[in-house]
Amino acid sequence: MIEIAVQKELLGSIGKMDLNVTLSIESKSFVALSGQSGSGKTTLLRILAGLEHARGKIRVDDELWLDGTHCLPPQQRGIGFVFQDYALFPNMSVLENLLFVRKDKALAKQLLELTELTELANRKPATLSGGQKQRVSLCRAMMNRPKLLLMDEPLSALDPTMRNKLQHEILTLHKNFGTTTIMVSHDPSEIYRLSSRVVVLSQGKVIQDGDAKSVLLRTQGSQKFSFEGELLDIVKVDVIYIAIIAIGQQIVEVVLDGSEAKALHVGDSVSISAKAFAPMIQRLEK
Amino acid sequence: MLETLKALEFTPFLVSFKLASITTAILFIISLLLAWSLSQSKSRYKPIFESITALPIVLPPSVLGFYILYALSFHSPIGRFFQDVLGIKLVFNFTGLVVASCFYSLPFMVQPLQSGFEALPKNMLEASYIAGKSKLKTLFCVALPNIKPALMTAVIITFAHTVGEFGVVLMVGGSIPGETKVASVAIYEMVETMDYTMAHIYSAIMVSISFCVLLGVYIFNRKQSHPVGGIA
Repeated sequence: MIEIAVQKELLGSIGKMDLNVTLSIESKSFVALSGQSGSGKTTLLRILAGLEHARGKIRVDDELWLDGTHCLPPQQRGIGFVFQDYALFPNMSVLENLLFVRKDKALAKQLLELTELTELANRKPATLSGGQKQRVSLCRAMMNRPKLLLMDEPLSALDPTMRNKLQHEILTLHKNFGTTTIMVSHDPSEIYRLSSRVVVLSQGKVIQDGDAKSVLLRTQGSQKFSFEGELLDIVKVDVIYIAIIAIGQQIVEVVLDGSEAKALHVGDSVSISAKAFAPMIQRLEK
Repeated sequence: MLETLKALEFTPFLVSFKLASITTAILFIISLLLAWSLSQSKSRYKPIFESITALPIVLPPSVLGFYILYALSFHSPIGRFFQDVLGIKLVFNFTGLVVASCFYSLPFMVQPLQSGFEALPKNMLEASYIAGKSKLKTLFCVALPNIKPALMTAVIITFAHTVGEFGVVLMVGGSIPGETKVASVAIYEMVETMDYTMAHIYSAIMVSISFCVLLGVYIFNRKQSHPVGGIA
C-alpha cells in the first residue's frame, strides 16, 4: 500500500500553481496518471522517486519515504524509473546497463528474453532503435525488483506499432513481477489496455479518479457514441448547414439546422454524440 | 648550423614537460571533484566559487605570481608552516613551481570538465541514482566515461598551458638551470642576451609542439563528436 499526501508550489505554464495530491494506491496495481501538460504529473512522479523535494508524506508499506523534512534519497527507495528519453548509459552495452543496477545475471537474462532483446545484449545503446532502447530502459528499471515502478510517458516517442508491442511487454512484465506501477500517459487506448485505475490531474489537483472505463468513456445517459472535436467550418448547402469537424486524425461532416449553425462558431470545441441507432462494425484489412 | 644544433640544451624542455606532467596529474584529481561538485551544485554561492576558479585566466601573471610568491615564502604563515613543520621550502625550487602551476592552470582543467558534466543529460545521472548508485560511483561509472572529448580537452590544454606559462614561473621559480629554468624562461634569457639563433630554434620547437598538441585535440574531438545520452 502506498500512501501519498504531498504539496509543492510549482511554476506552471500559467503562473504559480499548487501541487496538492492525496492518493492511496494498492500494492500490485497499475495506475495511469493522466492530464494536460503542466498539470503536475511528471513532478508527482519525480517527487515519488525522490528526485524533487516536496512537503507532506509518502509511506510505502512500512517505510516512510517522505515525512515533513525527512526525505529518503532516491538511492534508498528501491524503485524503477522509465524515462521518456530512455536515459540509457551510452558507455555500457545493453547487458552492462542492466548489470549496473544489480549484478544479477539470471534476472538480466530473464528480462532480456521476455523483451526479445537477448540478441542485442552486447550492443551499445547508440546502435539501437527507439523501441529497442525503451525496452532496455524498461528491463533496467526492473533489475532491482522495484517496489514501485514509475514510467514517465514511456511510449510517447514511439510509433503506433512499436507502442502496441511495448504495451504488451509492459503488461507481461507487470504480470510476471507484480510490481506496483504508476505510468504517465496521454493515450486512452494505452491507459485502457494497461491500467486498472486512472487518476486525472489538473492544475496540480486530482480531478478524476476511477477505473479506466468510467474515466475514459465520454458518453452520458443514453448516448451510444460521444467524440470530442474541433469545428473547422460550417458550409451552407441549400436549406441545411453542414459542419466540418476534426476528430483526432479524421474529418467528419454533421448536418445542422439553421439555429444550430448560428449557435456554433468555427474553432469551437464540440462534442458529437449519437443515440438509438445500431452502428455497424467491420474489421479493417491491414 | 650543425654545431649550433649540437649545442642545443634540452634540459629546459625537460623541466617544462616534467612540470606540466606533474601539474596535470595533480590538477586532474583536484579538478575532477571540484568540477563535478560545481556542475551538480544548485547553491546560490556557486558563482563565487566559479569566479575564484576562473581568476587565473584574467589576472596578470605578475599579480598571481606575486601572491603565490608571498604565500609560499617564509613571510607568510603558509610558507612558514611548510618550512618549519614539514621542512619543505616552496620558493625558487621545483616543488614551488608545481604549486604555482596548479593555481595558474586550474581553470583550464576545471572549466572543460564542468561544461562536459553539465552537458550530460540530467536523466542519465538520475537513472544512476535511482539504480542505487552514490554520486561518487555515478561520477566514475556514468559521468566520466561519457565526457571523453571534454576530458581530453581538459588534460591536453592544461598540459599545453603549463608548458607555455612564463610570468608566474619566473616570479616563483626564478631561473635555476635544471631545476626551475623552463623553456619559456630560457627563451626569454636568450633574447635578453641577444642569442637570437637559439631563441629562434627554441621558439620554433615550442610552436611546433603546441600546434601538434592542439591539432591532436581537435582531431580527437571531431572523431568523438557524436551525441551522448538517450535520443541519438
